[in-house]
Amino acid sequence: MSQLDLRELNSTEFPIPDEMQGNVAITSLSKIYNWSRRSSMWPLLFGLACCAIEMIATAASRYDLSRFGMEVMRASPRQSDLMIVSGTVTKKMVVPIVRLYNQMPEPKYVLAMGACASGGGPFKEGYNVVSGIDQYLPVDVYVPGCPPTPQALLFGLIALQKKIDGQSLANLDDVPWYGVGPSEPTPIPILGPDIIDPRQMDLIRRQAELAAAGKPYGIREIPAPVQKQEAPQVEAKTKAASEGSEDEAKAERMRKREEALARKKARQGS
Amino acid sequence: MTDYPIVEATDIPAAITALKQHYPDAVKEDTRQGYSGVVVDRKRLVEIAKFIRDDLGFDYLSSATAVDYYGIADEMEMVYHAYRTAGGPALVFKAQTPRDNPEIPSLVEIWPGADFQEREAWDLYGIRFPGHPNLKRILLWEGFHGHPMRKDWHEAYYEQDHKPFDSRWPAGHVRRAEELNVYGKNVRYPADIDLSKLSDRSEEALYSDLGLGVSIQELEGDASLKTDRLVVNMGPHHPSTHGVFRMIITLNGETIESLEPVMGYLHRNHEKIGERNTFLHNMPFTDRLDYISSMSNNLGYALAVEQLLAKGARYQPPTYRAEVIRVLMVELTRIVNHYWAIGFLLNDLGAFFTPALYAIAEREKILDFFEATAGSRMMCNYMRFGGVFKDIPERIRSVANLVNDRVRDFNTMEYLTELINERIPRSIDELDEFLTESEIVKSRSIGVGYLPPEMAIAYSAAGPLLRASGVPYDVRRAEPYSIYPELDFDIAVRTHGDIYDRYLIRLDEMRESVRILKQILPRLERTRGEPIFAGSKQHTPRVPLGEAYGRVENPKGELGFYIVSAGDEKGPQNPWRYHVRAPSFINLTALGQMCIGHKVADVVAILGSIDIVLGETDR
Repeated sequence: MSQLDLRELNSTEFPIPDEMQGNVAITSLSKIYNWSRRSSMWPLLFGLACCAIEMIATAASRYDLSRFGMEVMRASPRQSDLMIVSGTVTKKMVVPIVRLYNQMPEPKYVLAMGACASGGGPFKEGYNVVSGIDQYLPVDVYVPGCPPTPQALLFGLIALQKKIDGQSLANLDDVPWYGVGPSEPTPIPILGPDIIDPRQMDLIRRQAELAAAGKPYGIREIPAPVQKQEAPQVEAKTKAASEGSEDEAKAERMRKREEALARKKARQGS
Repeated sequence: MTDYPIVEATDIPAAITALKQHYPDAVKEDTRQGYSGVVVDRKRLVEIAKFIRDDLGFDYLSSATAVDYYGIADEMEMVYHAYRTAGGPALVFKAQTPRDNPEIPSLVEIWPGADFQEREAWDLYGIRFPGHPNLKRILLWEGFHGHPMRKDWHEAYYEQDHKPFDSRWPAGHVRRAEELNVYGKNVRYPADIDLSKLSDRSEEALYSDLGLGVSIQELEGDASLKTDRLVVNMGPHHPSTHGVFRMIITLNGETIESLEPVMGYLHRNHEKIGERNTFLHNMPFTDRLDYISSMSNNLGYALAVEQLLAKGARYQPPTYRAEVIRVLMVELTRIVNHYWAIGFLLNDLGAFFTPALYAIAEREKILDFFEATAGSRMMCNYMRFGGVFKDIPERIRSVANLVNDRVRDFNTMEYLTELINERIPRSIDELDEFLTESEIVKSRSIGVGYLPPEMAIAYSAAGPLLRASGVPYDVRRAEPYSIYPELDFDIAVRTHGDIYDRYLIRLDEMRESVRILKQILPRLERTRGEPIFAGSKQHTPRVPLGEAYGRVENPKGELGFYIVSAGDEKGPQNPWRYHVRAPSFINLTALGQMCIGHKVADVVAILGSIDIVLGETDR
């Protein structure tokens, strides 16, 4: 038998010896990774509100989450792959949630279960309610409902599995955790006079300066809602407004481009 | 069938007369239209409260809550509802204080059960309580700007004082609240925010008065052994805290010295939103209080508003069939809740999930019935003022839950009969057989978390927690509502006041519920086809001026709704004050006391035996 050139193995043309035909399957690395990840998705044992009850019902005997390899709910974020945000996220609770998310090892996924976790739900207007966990964490799957039935949650989990199936190791946007080093942790919000997202510090500072100068602050000036009965007038107005905004957008693009050019120049100079 | 005597309105007018005789200068009757009870001079509140408790015998403080009369009287008010544990209606007394410097003496030394409720009033209304041992924020965090339940405090997404908002109705233009906010988030910062000094004071405030690392204590009797106190934080992310509850436990060795509950991690501003909603709007919100027993929450709220409506001229009480269906739903809910409570108590005792799976298996059958009737498994939104919104269906068809690819289709009455006569009793017996005599259950729970009866009353404990301590107090008998007076059932009482008795009393109560349900079935048959709603259906019922306190015996204890209607018949129809007396919240007041001297593992079991739901605790 001639010496096997290992490089030949890299070729898909490589013939599989007869005695190994039944024992070897050839597939792509992405598929193997995805298959193992999606078949043992361990959720974090973690309930926030009403939805948690339906989550437990989903795990119980009638709906039986273990059919999908997901019944192993871990209480420790270190051992879990999936965070099911099952309920209303309050400002007080988002601090531990972000901390838990940071403690989960990659690859990690987030499923927003129910109306509250997706966008604030019926309690959105409340002073202590976060309008959806996606303001702080990247969400992979949203499951609507208040609360979603176990069937809906299962559907959402299967949707997540499909999403994982479509991920490719070649695309680091899909799977950033196979890049160099771990991802940046999400900055943990601060409970000040109201909740503070550290990523918005500059914005808050600018608004505080406005406030100190006695100007209106904290509110975005936008045109009053369009009234139905004024339909003809409004058409003209909105057209004018959209033209105006188009001009502004163009100016903004030009400005950004100039800035980028200036930066490039500066880099070359140094 | 026995007709039980209703405890008569135990001389509330006589009690008020006695109060006025003893304190002629400090007590006057509340003469506002639609109000009841007395207004007490706040400077003598403690003294008068002591008289009410000791001499008049109103030993049980059910609820203490604040009302902000901004724009009406420029006053804040604390409203107290005191009951006799022998039964009967409430003695309502109030203390008023000016809005600019609100201060009312604390009643914690008279009723320790006022502890958390006063802290809540401080947190949300900014009323100070001199004499309170630990007046800190309870639902929000230290450092939060303002006291949000005040009528002149507006949140970031504030649009208008009452719904429906002008922007949505009748014009129908919807704009997402985030668009109007510079930060794109539900936040609003005070003008003088100082970003240079920004730090999270909330954690620091929790630990500051525990005296950590300072005192090294000597164990009694052994001077050679020195021990340091250790503080253990449990929660809000912890599998045994039944949600997002948190405890700070100070240990001496392994023994608990003190335990401080920390809550508010699910504080979703139920009351603030409720005061903006119309009366009917609030019904689906009550579902989300104690989300395991939404039907009973509905009933409590419906009763409170019906009390107010009854003051009007055109009020019609709910029909008989509506009352029958209500009791059917509420008792099924009680069974659901106790399945859940027992299953998860066993979880907390270390039997991880197997008993819970058994316990909640039968729950699904009941939820199928709820789904077929109300349209939702959990958030039923079923009761209305004057009845229920839909009759129970002829057949239960479950399209979503297929069995062997076949749509399941049952006759509802047959389904219910089988459920009540066979399935539920069988599964209760099953739980009883496997758990009650279990060596491990017994050794973990007997004598642990003892709550003596006098303490249970003083701490305003309610529901199974109170009755397991030997106090036979059940709102269904003490101040009957609906058709409970004509039903034959006993109040379950146990006397040892430990975890084991709290487990047993839940089994007892489930059996009593089955007994009630067996009496309900023939009534359902008999009233078939009768109306389920009295009067005409209204989107916005016109609610007369006044106050009402409606309470029901929820599976977790006494659930009360204190509602003030201040709008006239033509104006916006939203409650001026909408307060929920949450049993889960007030039952926790005694948790610290029950845990002292036990080990950390026992805390989990004691908490499980109280049976809390965070949606209701934090509201």
